[in-house]
Amino acid sequence: MRRILVLGATSAIAQHAARRFAADGDALFLVGRRGDRLATIADDLRVRGASRIETRACDLDRIEVHHELVALAEESLGGLDVALLAHGTLPDQKACEADFAKAHAALLNNFLGPASLLTHLANVFERRRAGCIAVVTSVAGDRARGSNYVYGTSKGAVTLFLQGLRARLFEAGVAVVTIKPGWVDTPMTAHMKKNPLFASATSVGGGVYRAIVARRDVVHLPWFWRGIMWVYNSIPEALFKRMKL
Amino acid sequence: MRTDLASWGRFPTAVEQIAIPVDWRGETLPLVSAPRTVLPFGMGRSYGDSCLNDRGGLLLTRGLDKFISFEVETGILKCESGVTLDEILRFAVPRGWFIPVSPGTRFVTLGGAVANDVHGKNHHRAGTFGMHIRSLELLRSDGSRLVCSLGSNPELFAATVGGLGLTGLITWVEVALKRIESPWISQESVRFGSLMEYFPLCEESDRAHEYTVAWIDCLAPGKKLGRGILYRGDHAPAQELGIAPYPRERALPFPIEAPEWLLSRPTMRAFNLAYYRKQLTRLSRRMLHYERFFYPLDSIANWNRMYGRRGFFQYQCVVPARAAAREILERVARSREGSFLTVLKTFGDAQSPGMLSFPRKGFTLSLDFPNRGRPTLELLDTLDDVVAAAGGAVYPAKDARMSPDSFKRFFPEWERFADFVDPRFSSSFWRRVTA
Repeated sequence: MRRILVLGATSAIAQHAARRFAADGDALFLVGRRGDRLATIADDLRVRGASRIETRACDLDRIEVHHELVALAEESLGGLDVALLAHGTLPDQKACEADFAKAHAALLNNFLGPASLLTHLANVFERRRAGCIAVVTSVAGDRARGSNYVYGTSKGAVTLFLQGLRARLFEAGVAVVTIKPGWVDTPMTAHMKKNPLFASATSVGGGVYRAIVARRDVVHLPWFWRGIMWVYNSIPEALFKRMKL
Repeated sequence: MRTDLASWGRFPTAVEQIAIPVDWRGETLPLVSAPRTVLPFGMGRSYGDSCLNDRGGLLLTRGLDKFISFEVETGILKCESGVTLDEILRFAVPRGWFIPVSPGTRFVTLGGAVANDVHGKNHHRAGTFGMHIRSLELLRSDGSRLVCSLGSNPELFAATVGGLGLTGLITWVEVALKRIESPWISQESVRFGSLMEYFPLCEESDRAHEYTVAWIDCLAPGKKLGRGILYRGDHAPAQELGIAPYPRERALPFPIEAPEWLLSRPTMRAFNLAYYRKQLTRLSRRMLHYERFFYPLDSIANWNRMYGRRGFFQYQCVVPARAAAREILERVARSREGSFLTVLKTFGDAQSPGMLSFPRKGFTLSLDFPNRGRPTLELLDTLDDVVAAAGGAVYPAKDARMSPDSFKRFFPEWERFADFVDPRFSSSFWRRVTA
């Protein structure tokens, strides 16, 4: 039985990953902004076989509560084996260009908050000398596009942060898993027209579960995004800046 | 505005549909500004326009996919309406439970199964899906939440079972599962040489077996009319010896929109003959995994693409008398239209509470026709006349073209039903048949 902390537990990808852990009989501590939604998910995970579910409604943008939150989760489950960070927002790029407060909010939610949580989690896991920390970032963080660069920057910053953290925690035997989904059919992308590259939250959630169990370093979900990003990242900058992406 | 929301038959198409995801059952119902209406949309497996809402909103219910409670001793499962039957089976089968009624695909939502009051190969024993619903919650556009069952709000319950999603949004459903001992089905297939041989064979099979259904070669001429293969099956007792564990297979995609010649009359005739001839002996026995027995078509994802760009029509009717079933087959055989897969099933006596429920005692034929435009539509209109004269009905979940007049003859309770339709809910189908 694993003891798992899920931050941003109401996100579609986190829910589907949590279902796989629940089916294994794991114990989960769920954190999300809305208590009513957490209660709905808690019932679902109990039916699916979770041995224990705890929930905590909390706004993860409030960096000052992070230390206490991580301590509470650890105490309540009697230790932590896995931490999954899955919260995030897709800001309106145009609005961010007109008003930095909007960009700031996105950077806080997508990067600064996770960086703070990761700092606390890293210390907990380093002390234990075991476990796995997994974070859902995005392929958008590999290269920022003109039409979506605030989001891309925030996710890219997390990816970079994780790269360093992985190297630091390697000695302690703690796995750090960077998860880069492509387009996923979730409430965050509900307004977008679907194309064949869209994956379901079920399949991406399953990929998150498998990456954590296998303690992978970096995974693209679905796998074919690895190839797409290889090509995309090799476009010379002189050409890239002219492309309307 | 999403343009990619279509029905399974890919005809007709709808325009300007607004996609509205619904993810949390406890929250207020999202609506679009009047006079636009909304309609719940699950997996889009209805064939015609009963899951479409031209110039309206579609409430995407797949986000309502949470389980709520399950009693492992009694098999009572309560879950949200966007959970698919596939998800229920994956959960329930390892725990020794099965869905009480299985339609031809497991890729439909629970809400859709209720809203179309789906039926399966055990109709002669178990009736329709709706008859196994203990209760459900309906969220109406005025914000009210009503728990409906045979005992509470019984009329609204009767309107909602088979109600095509028009009475409000079903948020959760409590369904009684049934006990099984293994995931295996012991199947017998029996060849019969004509429709006249089918009737006694089916009666005998229905008495002895839980599941029965027949495939018909609808292109066989003259005395061979209605020849086919009857499949009958039962849940196998606890793990029979010698069965290897069944690997869950990934559905093969049907990669392209098929060219028109693939559905020409000679191809169809060859396919049907080969299908009939592939069974060499009159009777054969097999042990099958439930997925292979109930959902053979699910192993090809997007099989609807086989019918090409113009889409296709499914035509499923039920008629109380043998003579009418025969007449329908004769008319199809005589026409230049052919049906690739024709399925025949005898419905039992059990009557669902659903006001617009399709199954009723008699013989149900399901045929599919590639959309060739006018000749196809004219044939289907003449079939409607045969069905109406016989006192039967055509299945709304598969319909894209029946006339308002035919609909009203097939479903005489439609006016009583109309009183329960939520004023802010509608569908392309409903506007068409009540026009």
